[in-house]
Amino acid sequence: MTELYDAPVAARDDNAPVIDAQDIRIWYGSERGPVKAVDGVSFSLRKGEILGLVGESGCGKSTIGRGLLGLLPPGAEMDGALRFKGEDLLALPKKEMFAKRGAELGMIFQEPLTRLNPLMRISEHFEETLRTHEKSIGKEEIQRRALEVLRLMGIPPTRYRSYPHEFSGGMRQRLMIALALVLRPAFVVADEPTTALDVLVEAQIIRILHSLRSEFETSLLLITHNLGIIAEACDRVAVMYAGEIVEIGDAREVFSDPQHPYTRELLRSTISLSTTGLNFIPGAPPDLVNPPTGCHFHPRCPDAMNICATRHPVQHAMPNGTRVQCWAADLAHGRAPDLTEDDTAPLVREEISVADEA
Amino acid sequence: MQTKRDVTATGESLVDIRDLEVHFELRGGMLKRLLGMDTGTVKAVDGVNISLKRGEVLGLVGESGSGKTTLGRAMLGLARSTKGSITYHERGGEGQTRERVVSQLKGADLRSLRTDLQMVFQDPNAALNPSMTIEAAVGHPLKIHGIAKGEDLRPRVAAALERVGLAPAEQFMSKYPADLSGGQKQRAVIARAIILDPEVLVADEPVSMLDMSVRAKILQLMVDLKKDLGLTYVYITHDLASAKFFCDRIAIMYLGRVVEIGPTEEIFADPKHPYTKALLKAIPEPDPNKMVPRDLPRGEIPDAAKPPLGCSFHPRCPEAVAECGWESRDLRVLLEEHWTRQETTSYEEEQALVGSLDRLDDPQKTVTLGSGADSARVRGLLDRIRQENPSEPLWSGVDEISETGDGVEVRFHQGFDPELRPSGGVEVACVLHPKPVTVEPFRPE
Repeated sequence: MTELYDAPVAARDDNAPVIDAQDIRIWYGSERGPVKAVDGVSFSLRKGEILGLVGESGCGKSTIGRGLLGLLPPGAEMDGALRFKGEDLLALPKKEMFAKRGAELGMIFQEPLTRLNPLMRISEHFEETLRTHEKSIGKEEIQRRALEVLRLMGIPPTRYRSYPHEFSGGMRQRLMIALALVLRPAFVVADEPTTALDVLVEAQIIRILHSLRSEFETSLLLITHNLGIIAEACDRVAVMYAGEIVEIGDAREVFSDPQHPYTRELLRSTISLSTTGLNFIPGAPPDLVNPPTGCHFHPRCPDAMNICATRHPVQHAMPNGTRVQCWAADLAHGRAPDLTEDDTAPLVREEISVADEA
Repeated sequence: MQTKRDVTATGESLVDIRDLEVHFELRGGMLKRLLGMDTGTVKAVDGVNISLKRGEVLGLVGESGSGKTTLGRAMLGLARSTKGSITYHERGGEGQTRERVVSQLKGADLRSLRTDLQMVFQDPNAALNPSMTIEAAVGHPLKIHGIAKGEDLRPRVAAALERVGLAPAEQFMSKYPADLSGGQKQRAVIARAIILDPEVLVADEPVSMLDMSVRAKILQLMVDLKKDLGLTYVYITHDLASAKFFCDRIAIMYLGRVVEIGPTEEIFADPKHPYTKALLKAIPEPDPNKMVPRDLPRGEIPDAAKPPLGCSFHPRCPEAVAECGWESRDLRVLLEEHWTRQETTSYEEEQALVGSLDRLDDPQKTVTLGSGADSARVRGLLDRIRQENPSEPLWSGVDEISETGDGVEVRFHQGFDPELRPSGGVEVACVLHPKPVTVEPFRPE
């Protein structure tokens, strides 16, 4: 898993990654032992790029988002290399990390109403945010900058002195985005930003997120369980399963030509307008205290071979440019020449009962 | 356990909903209540007519606040109707039916209705009591209705659990909800709903809290149960994609009304109401070749306590015309939208010119902006806004803009509230449907 580099670290130029995460591991302590919520994840994001992180609940996608911003709860440990514009974030003292958060690293949360103070006007939210990072900023400058970013979110200036409860759900989420962007951070994590919203409002928010790159040149990590949102908003996509990225690449390629069986089955089980039959993945995601040996997905994988149950696959680049961690994909593209016939024989498993599914 | 009924949709009505209204009074503040002032009403369901046919799957689709859940709850008598009726045609022996008016039932009669009509709730975590074992929870309806007790309970619970795929049942009976996964909990909730052998299941977003890979499994279970037990479903959802797969007929709801209803294929092949069209376009599809559509309706579902005049969708509607019910609040939105495109200085200038927008908040067909002294400049501003986007539908609904002694008076076109009318194979509530027939004037030769 050490060669998980998803892009070579380039010299300092415009193409250099804004965020470069290598072999990130995050554990939570539990009564039964450490929960390996994130287990060796690597990716990088360039300026103005949108990377979608998709997976089912419990796959570790939200944990990564929080880990990148240093917002892990007590009892969690993080390891690996995390560079923001070349600077090592994990080595940073707490105080400096605090100063970076908001100003350079932003976060957009799922439920806007719980993140806005009901007793503070919108103007006061902006004053607090801006004053925390720029102590000497004047009131007029605050208003100018706040109105500018509100305007881009489509919130009229007449509402600047309103309270959060006077806004609708979609407006509140736009306020959250405006508050995250008013400091012009170079990197923003958006954790399920549209899950609580209706489909028409969701589409409006996706459009706003999509336009961030041109307005703000922000790099965005968009965490969601909705494959449709990824397809519409993201440049690249990383598919997570049981704490690992199993496939990462250009969103178009991953959706039109998925290489990992999990990506393929996840796409097949999604109910869309073109669905004519129901497909699903048998079994349930594994317990992360004691994940399966070999490939974490092998107990549910329709393509599993003997090797999958014993040896962990390594991430390889596929001909279509995506990087995939799968023995079957390796075999199909000649990336695993040393496998024996026994290794590649179909894996014999106990049948998964209906009750274990879900 | 259950006996199989003939399942094909027969066209025979099982539940008839006529002119149903469910209104909730707003309580308002203490002072208002003491003085007996009008505190307003939320019209959650506002005049709905639907016939649920035996053996069909009827989808109620809409955004939050559309009234779909309230309508579903009213069918079980869980929400009190304030007007209209819900009639359930109970099947007696020998092909006879007995009419039971849900909206008039009370107490024990209402409770006994639930042996035939049952509900599956959205959030399985909230629908199961965390301190009841699965056996106690699933067997509870049998006890409540006095159908089985003691020794007889266990085999029936086991049969229901196995029916929904929680097999072997012994493994699950002594467990608590916290020991089960999300999908397993939802299976238990469904087991509890079918244990009384009901005729109708009202399923309120049964899969939307579940992970993608689990949704299909639960939907498959519901398809199987329909086939095996001869159930009739009301499927409440905001997700048109699953409704397309699952439903025979779909009713699209908006702000307490049905705006379009018809066979699923027809609704998807030829959506007529602009709201249906918008919902279809907005579904995020896992297809990288589909981009976010540009012409989506603006804004959000309005406050049901103060619905728009005319058609309630008109403020968001990209196809709206003069008759849709334009009014003062739409002018407010237009001005505010204009100001999101202005620099702060020109915004402040224009805002001072127009004056407070609060006077536009009560729905009116004629409004006055600005003051007598500035009327020419206010009019100039309105003309400028109009030139920015001449295709803005609001302008079609403005009959006259005139300068009076008090400012600029804007008079809106008389609108009307469209009723559901047949158009093609569906029924639509929209002034544009059915397409107006142009009658050739009679010309004597």
